[in-house]
Amino acid sequence: MADTLIRPLPAGSGPAAEAGSAQPAGAAPSARRRVRRLGPGRRIPFARALGPVLLIAAWSLASATGRLDPRILPAPWSVVNTGIQLWNSGTLGPDLAISLQRAGEGFAIGLVAGVALALVAGLSRIGAALIDGNVQINRALPILGMIPLFILWLGIGETFKITIIAMAVYIPIYINLSAALSAIDQRYVELAETLGLSRGEFLRHVVVPGALPGFFTGLRLGVTGSWLALVVVEEVNATSGLGYLMYQQATYGLIDSVVVGLAIYGIWGFASDLIVRLIERRVLSWRRTLAG
Amino acid sequence: MAAHPGGLSGPAPAVVLDRLTRRFGTRTVLDGVDLRIPDGQFVALVGRSGSGKSTLLRAIAGIDHEVEGDGGILAPQRVSVVFQDSRLLPWRRVLDNVLLGLARRGPQRAAAEQRGRAALAEVGLAGREDAWPSELSGGEAQRAALARSLAREPELILADEPFGALDALTRIKMHTLLRELWHRHGPTVLLVTHDVDEAVLLADRALVLEEGRFCLDLPIDLPRPRSVKDPRFAEYRERLLAALGVREDEADAPDTPQTPDTPVEVESEAESQSEPETTAAAAQLAEVAA
Ligand SMILES: Nc1ncnc2c1ncn2[C@@H]1O[C@H](COP(=O)(O)OP(=O)(O)OP(=O)(O)O)[C@@H](O)[C@H]1O
Ligand SMILES: [Mg+2]
Repeated sequence: MADTLIRPLPAGSGPAAEAGSAQPAGAAPSARRRVRRLGPGRRIPFARALGPVLLIAAWSLASATGRLDPRILPAPWSVVNTGIQLWNSGTLGPDLAISLQRAGEGFAIGLVAGVALALVAGLSRIGAALIDGNVQINRALPILGMIPLFILWLGIGETFKITIIAMAVYIPIYINLSAALSAIDQRYVELAETLGLSRGEFLRHVVVPGALPGFFTGLRLGVTGSWLALVVVEEVNATSGLGYLMYQQATYGLIDSVVVGLAIYGIWGFASDLIVRLIERRVLSWRRTLAG
Repeated sequence: MAAHPGGLSGPAPAVVLDRLTRRFGTRTVLDGVDLRIPDGQFVALVGRSGSGKSTLLRAIAGIDHEVEGDGGILAPQRVSVVFQDSRLLPWRRVLDNVLLGLARRGPQRAAAEQRGRAALAEVGLAGREDAWPSELSGGEAQRAALARSLAREPELILADEPFGALDALTRIKMHTLLRELWHRHGPTVLLVTHDVDEAVLLADRALVLEEGRFCLDLPIDLPRPRSVKDPRFAEYRERLLAALGVREDEADAPDTPQTPDTPVEVESEAESQSEPETTAAAAQLAEVAA
């Protein structure tokens, strides 16, 4: 054992032994051992777009071959045509703008509220005692169920709509961020103590960066939540906006227009998630996870 | 300090423990430990798993807020801890990890950065300042952790099995490095290790912790650099092993009269070392007094 020398491989072990130069004699490898790779492997470029593209291709194929009844689901090109028509006739543009504005404002308010509440609850025991239970209750209340109450309180104007959207946004952000903040690794707390960090430095350099992955998970859910809440408030009580437009067109049986609206929601959701992911990838470049 | 009557000539002690006690529930892990470590001494702390080495180290580092116990602890201002894992923050590049908690603004910042770079160079990581911790090998990460503690210019380094997770070859390199750094900067060092060779190779003095107390306090009086081949090295090594092994034997004796599971090897070592073994307690007393 102590005097294992690197010996030349026994003659006849052949080219298959290319990998093993330090093998003890007699155990010449006949083939390289294969290790099953458990990570998902290399990144596929534009992988996120691949699924939707395939879906649209299948949809087009089904429509073109006549397998898909246009009364059930119109063909992609007729949806695009309807979209262009709606845009040119001046109906789509203003509704789209107002929807974007609502979603944006609601999202901004929800983001600030979610982050602020999570910071207070995640960083202080008193804060957690006061806030956490209430948010958990709030989370259990269905947004649709709260709409009548909010209309009573706030009227049916923009304030009400933005409040509902902000609620849909702040909850997932709060849940994920506060969980990440309070799950900070005890070993890093010890390290910070031995390095003599102040409380502020500890928060800035250890707690907040450590909680960022959780924050981004919450952020992505929050972005999606803002679209979902948007369509709800616009279809239930609105006189403008994309949801209103869809609802109105549906009552005239204009299914193409409804699909246009849905497609726009889909594209928004996909695009905003993509943006958040791009930011996440830049900010969390230190991470080497399965996502690569 | 009044609790420690004088009689201490030479340098002032860097660390003084006065009847230090630590308990987990009903279990007393440290049972009135007394210790003085003179300034600049390199002390190795050995003991079997669960004997309370980490508990002692964490008490000196002052990071055991939740642990019950009392007793006095005197330690210097600037203490650095090296953990078994490198404990680099994965979201900070290597240099930023080294600089964590050092002055971040003004002219002091530049000086701190200078020190950080110098410390990284000293441990052989020059050029890796901008690497992410996940890009370092285990030994490199551990060296970065060492650089982080050096950049603080510590008076006392507390190291809890810092090389435990490294392979033998890297460990030898780390020993050389640690010895050099100690020589150059002259901090007091308390090194926890389960490796008796490591203790004899590096330390001025080895402490064996057992049942909440030091059962052996052994000054290691060997010239440096030390070699494992030195017969006196083997002597020290065997005394430490005996202190670890024979005790285990005694603890088992009352309820298990059958052959103890202590390796025979250790027994024979203890026999051949019977003379030093009996003087171990005397050496302990002498060292504590000295
Ligand atoms: N937080 C804790 N709660 C309860 N018991 C603990 C705690 N930490 C340590 N102990 C107990 O105290 C004893 C000493 O633990 P310690 O970590 O100091 O041992 P150690 O000598 O460092 O061992 P090792 O060589 O395995 O690291 C052990 O029996 C352990 O189970
Ligand atoms: Mg330990």
